[in-house]
Amino acid sequence: MNGKNIISIIAIMGLGLLIGACAYNQEASSVYETEADKRAADPRNKNYRSGDIYSGYVAMTSQSRDMQDDDFSNPGFLWVDIGEGLWSKVNGSKGKSCASCHGSAAKSMKGIANTFPRYDAKTKKMIALQAYLNRHMVNDMGAKKWKWESKNMLAMAIYVKLQSRGVPVKAGLNAQNRPFFVKGKKFFDQPRGLLDMSCKQCHTDNAGNMARSNVLSMGMPNGFPTYRLKWQKPGSIHRRFIGCNKNVRAKPYKRGSEEYTNLEFYMLQHAAGLKWETPSVRN
Amino acid sequence: MASKPRVKLPKSVKKGQVVQIKTLIPHKMETGRRKNKKTGKKIPQHIINKVEATFNGKPVITADFHAAISANPYFVFHARINESGTFKFVWTDDKGKSISTSRKVTAA
Amino acid sequence: MSNSLSKYENTLERRDILKLLGLGTMAVATSSLINSDALATPDAATKHLAKLSGSSSYKSGKVKIKMPTIAENGATVPISVSVESPMTADNYVKAIHVAAEKNPQPQVASFHLTPLSGKANISTRMRLGKTQNVVAVAVMNDGSVHRVSSQVKVTIGGCGG
Repeated sequence: MNGKNIISIIAIMGLGLLIGACAYNQEASSVYETEADKRAADPRNKNYRSGDIYSGYVAMTSQSRDMQDDDFSNPGFLWVDIGEGLWSKVNGSKGKSCASCHGSAAKSMKGIANTFPRYDAKTKKMIALQAYLNRHMVNDMGAKKWKWESKNMLAMAIYVKLQSRGVPVKAGLNAQNRPFFVKGKKFFDQPRGLLDMSCKQCHTDNAGNMARSNVLSMGMPNGFPTYRLKWQKPGSIHRRFIGCNKNVRAKPYKRGSEEYTNLEFYMLQHAAGLKWETPSVRN
Repeated sequence: MASKPRVKLPKSVKKGQVVQIKTLIPHKMETGRRKNKKTGKKIPQHIINKVEATFNGKPVITADFHAAISANPYFVFHARINESGTFKFVWTDDKGKSISTSRKVTAA
Repeated sequence: MSNSLSKYENTLERRDILKLLGLGTMAVATSSLINSDALATPDAATKHLAKLSGSSSYKSGKVKIKMPTIAENGATVPISVSVESPMTADNYVKAIHVAAEKNPQPQVASFHLTPLSGKANISTRMRLGKTQNVVAVAVMNDGSVHRVSSQVKVTIGGCGG
């Protein structure tokens, strides 16, 4: 038995432990089984399903759903407020605000969430919303870049995507972007890291099962940037990818990397039919 | 202190009506128990430790918060409104800084 | 392959396997609220509330606490406390104090009400470092104190950095 086999065996057992009864508390495992079913049974979930797929909303507790459903108390809306302020604020040497060219965000940005990541003719690769915004601000406004996970970038990404809320996810595949969809799918299906686990193993094969006390979601991007209770602030989907990769002991890629941009694009495709929820509330 | 707080309450009520008031304010509520991953030094506590709501200058409710209150403090309470006037909300942090906002209410 | 698996099941405890996977350390590390030294105890919470309320004998029934039985995430757990009271000048709730029995410190929040509060009903969101009881006491204007507690299960999440 060589080293690689041992690691595979441990990884498989690890997966078994993760998705099976909680290892720490025998009594808790019976609670978990009803808990997963209980969450799935919430009548609100019907707006968050489409055929066989469902959004992470379905995997949350009732209290987290309450938090997302109330636009006043959803903490993500604190960043909507900031984004709304930024939209009308002059930014850069050309003395313009987003509103100067784009007018009302509700009109001009409706449905835009479905167009990111998009194929970029300049680089001949896919470009994510945050990367596009930075290029747009630098070139067209004479403004400075914002860091991917900064208050301003999160606020703007949330504010822009909010304008697509309720719109069904629909990102067309064409000759140009299809190769990147294929790359993204390959990443999603590929086991990686010390634990030798793929996104697919948890989020497709075991969606709806419990990983310790969390119900595994299908890994849908339609609520991002999301207000994550664990982070106690909103975060981008690339941030989430980094965390997931670290947790299977794989070296993470950078925000805006080709790998994560392609992965995000693939995930957008497999969310087709769900509605945009940004800013969602997740664990 | 942080950016704009959110307040939700009705603009007009009947005299004597009891209304629900919701508030939400961005703040990290740094517990003082976390360590800087690079330097190993403790990140000092920085929290909102007081929220005061008054109506026409009279106290309605005061909250003392400790580090166990979650980030972006959410606080919902009630008030009996007997007359028209102005609500004032003040959030104060443990550095002595404060943010305030007001809302007018008409009671008929 | 299956022979090798059963060999591992026989020789290793679950905890050992988790340690090998490094999941044990990950589970502990996820909680930033917990410090490895002093944690509050139910005694500390009781003392803290007795000091605040000026009483260590409690009535029950008038004060209710609403919290989830299982927290989605210990960092943000919704809590509501309500007290039956007409909230008139002669009969009102002066204060509601909330404490946690097994957080690093027992104090969570204190609410000082007035008859203008109209209803003795407050909500907020709190942090819980582990499964524990959350205790609320309501102090009436006549000095009587009512108490209630609720257990919340706080568990380690599955994954996701």
